[in-house]
Amino acid sequence: MPIGTVTTTLTINGETRTRAIEPWTTLLDLLREGEDLIGTKKGCDHGQCGACTVLVDGRRINSCLKLAVTLDGAEITTIEGLGQPGNLHPLQSAFCDHDAFQCGYCTPGQICSAQGLINEGKAKTRDEVRELMSGNLCRCGAYTNIIDAVLDVIGEQA
Amino acid sequence: MNRFDYARPASVAEAVQAGTGEQVRYLAGGTNLIDLMKENVDQPMTVIDINRLPLNAIEELDGGGLRLGALVPNSDTAWDVRVEQRYPLLSSAILAGASPQLRNAATNGGNLNQRTRCYYFYDVATPCNKRKPGSGCGAIGGVNRIHAILGASDQCIATHPSDMCVALAVLDAIVQVTGPEGDRAIPIADYHRLPGDEPWRDNTLKPGELVTGIDLPAEDFTRNYTYLKLRDRLSYAFALVSIAVAMRIEGSTIAEARVALGGVAHKPWRSTEAEKLLKDRQPSPEAFGAFADALLAGAVGQGENDFKIPLARKGIVRALKQAAEATPQSQTDKRVA
Repeated sequence: MPIGTVTTTLTINGETRTRAIEPWTTLLDLLREGEDLIGTKKGCDHGQCGACTVLVDGRRINSCLKLAVTLDGAEITTIEGLGQPGNLHPLQSAFCDHDAFQCGYCTPGQICSAQGLINEGKAKTRDEVRELMSGNLCRCGAYTNIIDAVLDVIGEQA
Repeated sequence: MNRFDYARPASVAEAVQAGTGEQVRYLAGGTNLIDLMKENVDQPMTVIDINRLPLNAIEELDGGGLRLGALVPNSDTAWDVRVEQRYPLLSSAILAGASPQLRNAATNGGNLNQRTRCYYFYDVATPCNKRKPGSGCGAIGGVNRIHAILGASDQCIATHPSDMCVALAVLDAIVQVTGPEGDRAIPIADYHRLPGDEPWRDNTLKPGELVTGIDLPAEDFTRNYTYLKLRDRLSYAFALVSIAVAMRIEGSTIAEARVALGGVAHKPWRSTEAEKLLKDRQPSPEAFGAFADALLAGAVGQGENDFKIPLARKGIVRALKQAAEATPQSQTDKRVA
């Protein structure tokens, strides 16, 4: 039975952390259980819902399908790194303004995904935002307001 | 997920050396392999992390083609300006698949090698000849709405789930591999295989071989092309039927037409013999319909997926019309023109 850990250095929300990580640990499990960053949510754990979306070197990925040890040297941004109570990220404010969530479980993933979408710079129109936010499911069905919120922030940056 | 040994080789040669053992898997983006490991469908003893290997560039080939590095993410490939301008069919097909997050992690080599999404393959409590040779096929006579209508065998009716590979089939891509016996170039048509009596073999890679890149020959299918993907919801779903078309029109007649289907077989489905029916013809519903009938010759439904045969026929005719009229399917505005 293989045992052992791999020394891995990750910069998470600006703080560099070196850890001994078992290779079968996903980034999602590391964040939630190893680093106590529980803003990132576990929905399906199979890359089908987007609740676990985080930014790795500015790119959005599903953290449930990424082994943490493969990311040695990477910069991770979670919802905790985007904004804080009293100092909300523009996307967080826009989600409040547009009533873009109900239960809130998908929201950290939605917001990290939206930041990834903004970083990519490919979505301008409503159709494009809708398509490029399609990797994040919302069981409450707040999609229309989520698109409004993302369009609001894209418009402000344009 | 089972426990495994983890290796991160520094060179392709080192990776291939480590990759020759039993129950060894190369790990790239992980979007399929990690999921299979979570489901205990795949339980490798050793995982070789190839993400640091220098296979992450898109390069010009002599003669005007492009080489897509095996480790270039799908999103970077689809949005590469050279791919967008010279191979818009490939960009379109990639963007029709998965989600932005998955495309950011998934690589070109991994897309080629992803496994079927057959429910029985994923459910280790059920029989599956692909997962466990000789155990039977739960999909035959079972829940088979998403399964094959062409090229299936009495042992396996799984489909290959890729969108990218359907476009690669039309573009006559060449898969570059390296392995214990050296380098090889495999035409895309010979890369994936039909299930036959060895359904556990998805492709013609030999043990230990590693995909290093995908070559796109110089072609000019920048005007008359389309990727039409038909599925249960408009985004983030696998194809029930997809159709890739690349066409050259000279004057008012079709000089060349290439068509491949996704979601209907164990590999992208293409017939160069049937394509001859379109050569030197004027674009018309009759010509397109005759071609569709030829491409779908021998199609067999499994019960729940019988609808795929008429869906494919209509989709082929529609996609050929889109390509002939130079109105490729948008992957953001999902209305089918």
